[in-house]
Amino acid sequence: MKNLKTLAGAVALSALMAGSAAAADMTVGFSQIGSESGWRAAETTLTKQQAEQRGIDLKFADAQQKQENQIKAIRSFIAQGVDAILLAPVVATGWDQVLEEAKDAEIPVVLLDRQVDSSDDLYLTAVGSDLEHEGEVAGDWLVKEVGDKDCNVVELQGTTGSSPAIKRKAGFEKAISGHDNVKIVRSQTGDFTRTKGKEVMESFLKAENGGQDICALYAHNDDMAVGAIQAIKEAGLKPGSDILVVSIDAVPDIFLAMENGEANATVELTPNMAGPAFDALEAYKSDGTEPPKFIQTESKLYTQSDNPKAIYEEKKNQGY
Amino acid sequence: MIGSRLFPLATTFVIFILAYALCYAQFPNMLSTRVIGNLLTDNAFLGIAAVGMTFVILSGGIDLSIGSVIAFTGVFLAVTMGEGGVPPLFAILLVLAITTAFGALMGAMIHYLAMPPFIVTLAGMFFARGMAFLISTDSVPIRVELYDTLQDLYFRMPGGGRLSFVGMAMLAVVVAGIVIAHFTSFGRNVYAIGGNRQSAELMGVPIARTTILIYALSSFLAGLAGIAFSLYTSAGYSLAAVGVELDAIAAVVIGGTLLTGGSGYVAGTLLGILIMGLIQTYIVFDGTLSSWWTKIVIGLLLFSFIALQRGLVWLSARRRGAAAIPA
Repeated sequence: MKNLKTLAGAVALSALMAGSAAAADMTVGFSQIGSESGWRAAETTLTKQQAEQRGIDLKFADAQQKQENQIKAIRSFIAQGVDAILLAPVVATGWDQVLEEAKDAEIPVVLLDRQVDSSDDLYLTAVGSDLEHEGEVAGDWLVKEVGDKDCNVVELQGTTGSSPAIKRKAGFEKAISGHDNVKIVRSQTGDFTRTKGKEVMESFLKAENGGQDICALYAHNDDMAVGAIQAIKEAGLKPGSDILVVSIDAVPDIFLAMENGEANATVELTPNMAGPAFDALEAYKSDGTEPPKFIQTESKLYTQSDNPKAIYEEKKNQGY
Repeated sequence: MIGSRLFPLATTFVIFILAYALCYAQFPNMLSTRVIGNLLTDNAFLGIAAVGMTFVILSGGIDLSIGSVIAFTGVFLAVTMGEGGVPPLFAILLVLAITTAFGALMGAMIHYLAMPPFIVTLAGMFFARGMAFLISTDSVPIRVELYDTLQDLYFRMPGGGRLSFVGMAMLAVVVAGIVIAHFTSFGRNVYAIGGNRQSAELMGVPIARTTILIYALSSFLAGLAGIAFSLYTSAGYSLAAVGVELDAIAAVVIGGTLLTGGSGYVAGTLLGILIMGLIQTYIVFDGTLSSWWTKIVIGLLLFSFIALQRGLVWLSARRRGAAAIPA
């Protein structure tokens, strides 16, 4: 009797699984750069999770920041006869040869979060975020939040000259242009770090009448915002109400700050690049749908009303 | 005596065959022309550099500068051929001349200043890496016709594998290394110096010339490896090939060459390279193991080979001692 039940269960289960049979047959190789930052570690975790959920057999190769290791891994994937390859390239140059080999072997390659300088017929598609759009989302939120009130914004920039710093600044400025009540009064680099963010915020507070003249802070990443929140508290002001705080990345710690009412909004740079990549691959494999050459991930806005505690709990196990 | 000399090489060979058989049992795709082609192409730059390292270690020395020389070569080529507009062939000859002279200079310092090779080549390592950074800190792409031609030059093996130009170049360097080591007077001198410097000197081996030539050869091959590396990535990058000298030393030792010098084979080094490449390929095929296992397995192999070498030295000393007593 017990055996029969197990059998029935197994049949039901296999009927369920049959729905995702196309994906279940897929073996995908993933050449990751390394684990240099919390975000990248989260990207690895989520890629593995996504593969597991879809029943994809994922072959993971960590390149330890070396391009030669990535090329070797891709060649091994080709030799192994995988169905598709995900590549997060460590540098933009030098991929032509190995991508051609993959194309010869008819294995589609999807680029994750970074681009290469090879011609775009050598890969199926690239999944990534639009940095300028992230800044725009943050700016739009602030414009809506303050309405018609005058608002002096201080800005903590990322590392000088880095593309996230340039683009996140440009996007934010684009969003607030045309709203003369919102203007950036001070802008300086906080180098994407917590300590620098705190230091620079301290100098902003001193310069702006002890912080009385500041209405909002825009930080190019959450880490700098977390440092700045500390500085605002030490100056005797309340972050989140006296000074609004908006930043980008959506790392777990910013959700704790939002839960405590000390931060107002963050724009997510999603570490789930693999989800859209697998979607594109599954469509391509099942009926040959050619995806666009660039798939933009969603830059989702989170505010205090999005149950930050729950998101923190969800994110803290993703390896950030 | 010959038996104990060949023993480490034979061990390496058996390990390679066994390891390959194990890989094949788990992943039948491992025994394909693609994987064999990949092993040669992917490890070409390391193999070329390791042949030079074999001569250095055979002479009882060490060369820590080769990773930096590889990076310098790549950056130099990328910048001179790109911005500089120097004709590719001339740039290649120029960089080989520079690296060879650099090695000769290190060899001269080692001999005439009686400095340990470790210190001199450590200085060389910092110097060459610094020079690479001075030329450019970016990853500079190489776009010249010669490179496209060489990259498209491959022999397609049955089963889709590619025997690439750099792979063939590596095999050619290994063959040349075997000829130099075993069929020239320079080769005999290298073994003599590594075996026993004093007696080599008494036998009239030109120590100064040989030492300079050894390090010049090693740096020349590092320059050649740098060219292979730049062909491999189509770019020159000053942060490339960090730690390649250590991989090369590991390959030489796993290949059965005695770290104290005087005994070993260039062919063994090729086997050492292939074993290291095999481990990496296995880890990618498996797809769940951490890539750091490559280093762990190489570490374990090194430990066992050093122990094996010690054991052999001890055994042959005992045998010699036993033979001496009745006489």
